[in-house]
Amino acid sequence: MISLAQTYFIEVMTIILYCLLIFVPLLLGVVMALYADRKIWAAVQKRRGPNVVGPYGLFQVPADGLKFIFKEIILPDGSDKTVFLIAPIITLALSITAWAVVPVQAGVVLANINVGILYIFAISSLGVYGILMAGWSSNSKYPFFGALRSAAQMVSYEVSIGFVIITVLLCVGSLNLTEIVMAQKTMWFFIPLFPMFIVFFISALAETNRPPFDLPEAESELVAGYQTEYSGMPFVLFLFGEYINILLMCAMTTILFLGGWLPPIDIYPLNAVPGFVWFLLKVIFVFYLFAMVKAFVPRYRYDQLMRLGWKVFLPLSLFAVVATSSILFFFNLAPGM
Amino acid sequence: MTAQLLTFYLFSGVILISSLMVISTKNPVHSVLFLILSFLNAAGLFVILHAEFLAMILIIVYVGAVAVLFLFVVMMLDFKTSINKDNILQYIPIGILIGVVFIAELIIVLINTKFDLSNIQVLPNPLSDFTGKSNTEAIGSVLYTDYILYFQLSGVILLVAMIGSIVLTLREREGVKRQVVSEQLQRQGKIDLVDVKSGKGVDI
Repeated sequence: MISLAQTYFIEVMTIILYCLLIFVPLLLGVVMALYADRKIWAAVQKRRGPNVVGPYGLFQVPADGLKFIFKEIILPDGSDKTVFLIAPIITLALSITAWAVVPVQAGVVLANINVGILYIFAISSLGVYGILMAGWSSNSKYPFFGALRSAAQMVSYEVSIGFVIITVLLCVGSLNLTEIVMAQKTMWFFIPLFPMFIVFFISALAETNRPPFDLPEAESELVAGYQTEYSGMPFVLFLFGEYINILLMCAMTTILFLGGWLPPIDIYPLNAVPGFVWFLLKVIFVFYLFAMVKAFVPRYRYDQLMRLGWKVFLPLSLFAVVATSSILFFFNLAPGM
Repeated sequence: MTAQLLTFYLFSGVILISSLMVISTKNPVHSVLFLILSFLNAAGLFVILHAEFLAMILIIVYVGAVAVLFLFVVMMLDFKTSINKDNILQYIPIGILIGVVFIAELIIVLINTKFDLSNIQVLPNPLSDFTGKSNTEAIGSVLYTDYILYFQLSGVILLVAMIGSIVLTLREREGVKRQVVSEQLQRQGKIDLVDVKSGKGVDI
């Protein structure tokens, strides 16, 4: 029994250390993403954005976080209190869990599993439960509507995300995220699969409840959607979970279409830069696009959102799966053939 | 007697407890949530068996899609009136019957394999050689070759079920206005910009 403890103690400690190595930069990333989001949005509208707390307003987000931590947690009287408190925890935990398989550089990944892309797809499809549980347990009308909208929306757009992932997998021949990146050594996938890149980007906006698809929390109709009854720390957990999911979707876009940690051209000054810098730059670029969409595009009406998901993206991505596999088959380009 | 065994007991223990909670909690939404918990732990058991592809598919299909729709429907029920726990005992005989059938099937399979799971005589077709293949490749290489008929058949059954349920619930309603996006987009030429003179109005 002692040997068992000895064997596993060091292993468990190493894993905890690795988890912290993911978690701490991620939290920092979320803080910066929140700040960047507000700054970009402000710049588009010719405002200054946060500029009071700290140099250039950099400490605005930590200050907001502190404010939320010291606020009282209000539990609505008619709510289902256990589910009400579990919901934000599930949202945050799931969004962090998905990062375990994201490779930031060749070989730098916590868990290099064979079915990495399926794992991320599975975890992100679980994300809807946090929202559903929050909406139901609040026992209030606006959160409930928000939860119903969100569930329908996320399930719909998951379908087309799944098909887009399949088109990428057809070109790779593996479900491993590292191999997906390495398959893009000659050409990043957003060039041959450009329509799918667009479909994936828009579906990622819908999947993370970002504007113009933020109907679950549309403040003009539903107060704050599923978050209406939340205050203090649980609200922060939702906010962080949401932003970690957004960063995950940016990382997924980078890995699937923009060549992960690979430099744009494999020549000397570019390939001397460490891989994670390229990865970070690409994630920041995709996040910039996310923030710009939020600033530019007005919110969709709900039936338009559903129409886009089921009548436009689903046939398009289904056709792309058939077309891609046919082309790969007839020109003998399919990996492993 | 290692961590693997401990994980197995953890997963199967949670499955048993949460399955029990599915049928014993008063609140239907809690039942569905416990059902989801037991699905997740079943996926964990698949991972212990090194069947990670099956585990992920179980989570994506059952937890990510089917259970969401399930929860979606149950959440909208007015369950305060529909719950009646008094007559729950009336389902015990049929529950025992189903349990006995399952146990009998398990015993038959275990006797036939003589407790040696590498003996695969119970399967209808002999399995190919999977050495050096990953989980996903192995499933793909038999599913689309040896078992293509069963695969296609189950696909057709699902398709028929889907079309059937759409046909059953489809009804034409009178006076519903629909948005036709292509028509809206083609309206461009019919819109005129008119410079309206002050005090004179405009003829339309």
